[in-house]
Amino acid sequence: MAENKRIDEPTGTETVGHEWDGIEELDTPMPRWWLWTLYATIIWGIGYTVIYPAWPGITGYTKGVIGWSSEQEFRDEVAAATERRAPVLRALAATPIERLPEDSRLLQFAIVGGESAFKQYCVQCHGSGAAGAKGYPNLNDDEWLWGGDIKAIEFTLVHGIRNPDHDETRFSMMPAFGRDGIFSSQEIADVANYVRAISGQDTAGDSARRGSELYAQQCVACHGVDGKGDREQGAPNLTDAIWLYGGDTETIRETLYGSRYGVMPRFGERLDPVTIKMLAAYVHSLGGGERYVEVAADPEVEVDERP
Amino acid sequence: MDSVVMRAGGWFALFLMTMILVVAAEDRGFAVHMAIAGAAALVMIWATLTRTDYSMLARGILRTPADKSRYYDDVVRWGVIATVGWSIVGFLAGLYIALQLAFPALNLNSEFTTFGRLRPLHTSAVIFAFGGNILIASSFYVVQRTCRARLAFPALARFVFWGYQFFIVLAATGYVLGITESREYAEPEWYVDIWLTIVWVAYFIVFVGTLIRRREPHIYVANWFYLSFIITIAMLHIINNLAIPVSIFGSKSYSAFAGVQDALTQWWYGHNAVAFFLTVPFLAMMYYFVPKQANRPVYSYRLSIIHFWSLIFLYIWAGPHHLHYTALPDWAQTLGMVFSVVLWMPSWGGMINGLMTLNGAWDKIRTDPIIRMMVMALAFYGMATFEGPMLSIKAVNSLSHYTEWTVGHVHSGALGWNGMISFAAIYFLVPRLWGQNRLYSLRMVNWHFWLATIGIVLYAAALWVAGIMQGLMWREYGEDGYLVYAFSEVVSAMFPMYVIRAIGGAMYLAGAVIMVYNVCMTIAGRQRAEKPMSDADYDPAKDRPIVAQPAE
Repeated sequence: MAENKRIDEPTGTETVGHEWDGIEELDTPMPRWWLWTLYATIIWGIGYTVIYPAWPGITGYTKGVIGWSSEQEFRDEVAAATERRAPVLRALAATPIERLPEDSRLLQFAIVGGESAFKQYCVQCHGSGAAGAKGYPNLNDDEWLWGGDIKAIEFTLVHGIRNPDHDETRFSMMPAFGRDGIFSSQEIADVANYVRAISGQDTAGDSARRGSELYAQQCVACHGVDGKGDREQGAPNLTDAIWLYGGDTETIRETLYGSRYGVMPRFGERLDPVTIKMLAAYVHSLGGGERYVEVAADPEVEVDERP
Repeated sequence: MDSVVMRAGGWFALFLMTMILVVAAEDRGFAVHMAIAGAAALVMIWATLTRTDYSMLARGILRTPADKSRYYDDVVRWGVIATVGWSIVGFLAGLYIALQLAFPALNLNSEFTTFGRLRPLHTSAVIFAFGGNILIASSFYVVQRTCRARLAFPALARFVFWGYQFFIVLAATGYVLGITESREYAEPEWYVDIWLTIVWVAYFIVFVGTLIRRREPHIYVANWFYLSFIITIAMLHIINNLAIPVSIFGSKSYSAFAGVQDALTQWWYGHNAVAFFLTVPFLAMMYYFVPKQANRPVYSYRLSIIHFWSLIFLYIWAGPHHLHYTALPDWAQTLGMVFSVVLWMPSWGGMINGLMTLNGAWDKIRTDPIIRMMVMALAFYGMATFEGPMLSIKAVNSLSHYTEWTVGHVHSGALGWNGMISFAAIYFLVPRLWGQNRLYSLRMVNWHFWLATIGIVLYAAALWVAGIMQGLMWREYGEDGYLVYAFSEVVSAMFPMYVIRAIGGAMYLAGAVIMVYNVCMTIAGRQRAEKPMSDADYDPAKDRPIVAQPAE
């Protein structure tokens, strides 16, 4: 085939002399820049494998001349970060949570750390803006089911809500008035209308007046005579515009019929106390946080008695 | 008559066997798959008993010219039609899942339409159905011509084509039914893997048989690439899919490997699917169609030898770069990265040889939209094979890994390189296979080129931004040492990029729809009356200097 070599006119290069279906090949040398770059990457590659762990053998592998390992690098980075944060974490651990607001630098650190932890552990239910959803309370407002001072929030975080296997958990249970046969469906409608009336959504009619009698018999123990609820029992205020499950007639009837049983996990066994403190500080900072008042300071002041 | 009875009886036995498997099936997916196999057997019984010459019938419907040449091209024609058809399925699935990322409601609350099931449908449809069909078809076309020999074993070649389509149908329906090995690009379960192995061995026999029958003293470079693709894919496919079925009547199987060994086997396979399915055989296409379309000799024979051997030697070791900063031992990560970086120049060797083949014909970029597609394909090949080694560097990978950047990288290669070179090959092949002297419309090819190019640019740019943003947001720590962003915040920040990406994908799909029309009209023997592409205004009467008139 070599006798078929010819000079290609546009490029002035000789062909190799082969031909397939009209395709010929030029005998152009490899571009020098290409070849030298290839050599350079090979030399670099050999150097790199000398420096870093690389070549496997029968019983192990070459460790590299600088002794680097990804595991050691990871440990070093974690250790450095831990060390950098250690003083302020120690200070946080030593500060009782109710004293936290007095140290604005420490509080600021706790809020930032709490926000980060919140995004990892809490957003699944409460949302990334902490605005909640149906059945999951909004943490930005000043309506608190179980108390909104920083210590009460910490308590809720540590012990959770309605954890059946935990004695200290926040616990209450509204009867399922319909399902358990306490109210007839007419009575449920009456009580719902009454709740609509005291929350200012409807004017009270006959049905609501009948409902008010039932309310007085069955509901006052927890929700109070005025319907403003009771934080000791996690009983919500029924007179405002904030609803956990919804304030429309249908949803109130649903709640009355079957009750609700919202559960929040307890984090006391999953997170360390400092992280929980930071979470409490963050939630407290969102807008609705209440001032913590010492129980003994003034017996006249109404406070959340559960710590 | 006896042979008809025997053949029909054989198909009937196969049908009965599939029905037994349907009844004995342990799960719904397996039963559905065996029912599909049974339906295929029924079609074969019918085809056997009616004794119609279906290849003649197909020639009529597809307007196939009678086989005048020495080459056996029927199976190539079917392959081109299958490529064009599957391209729409694959691109449409891709567009739909891109929209699902931007608008999750499109998951439609049904298990069959979730992103998790449609995503492998998309990847397999574009890689194995669109890509695989053009590779098989073009390899049958190229190997005959560059060997100057008729295809060996035409009946086996027909089996390769139909067997491969059957594999695609089983894979695609399996994804929607939720049957998966959860191995990326190797999702089909054990019985589908066995079927593909049989088809692939048949493919190997046809290809090598033709090479052996060649009338040329040397094997052309395109055939080296095709052969390395066929052999290596067989090896990768078999080893990665080694698994033990829970039951021979059920779809579920468990991998023969465990833990990090399993992960490394998968990514040894996964990266070499990119290498030996999406790079090597497409370079084979490049080595035939670019010199043919440009009508120029290949730039450098020596370069083709060196870059071929260095490419296939290095690629096979690059897989561990998919497992940086995982449980994979450091030494394997180092080697994966080093081999990937050294791979840079061997990859570019193919680009240089393709682009420089245009030496002496550069003007064709202006006049020939098919050449333009080839040049764009090679340009994207060069970009993707620079980006790849860069992303394999651990420091870069720690930012890019698990982000949309990877997805953007894959698509600049897949849409730009694999897609464009395949379209160019289709436009080259269709008039020749159907005996037309030109395509229905070159201007439509030009439209396809620009829609696809702008689509790719939108797609890749959006995902660069999305990926880098995502990586930076994930790793951003505040002054106090805490993560700044929640995962969900990162997801919502990417919404505009996802929308732009979907727009890019829609443009790419629109280009492909134009191609389908153009191909159909060409097969129908029509030619669009249109101005030639390179028609610049020229008036010979004005083509002269202004001569000053002497004053009177």
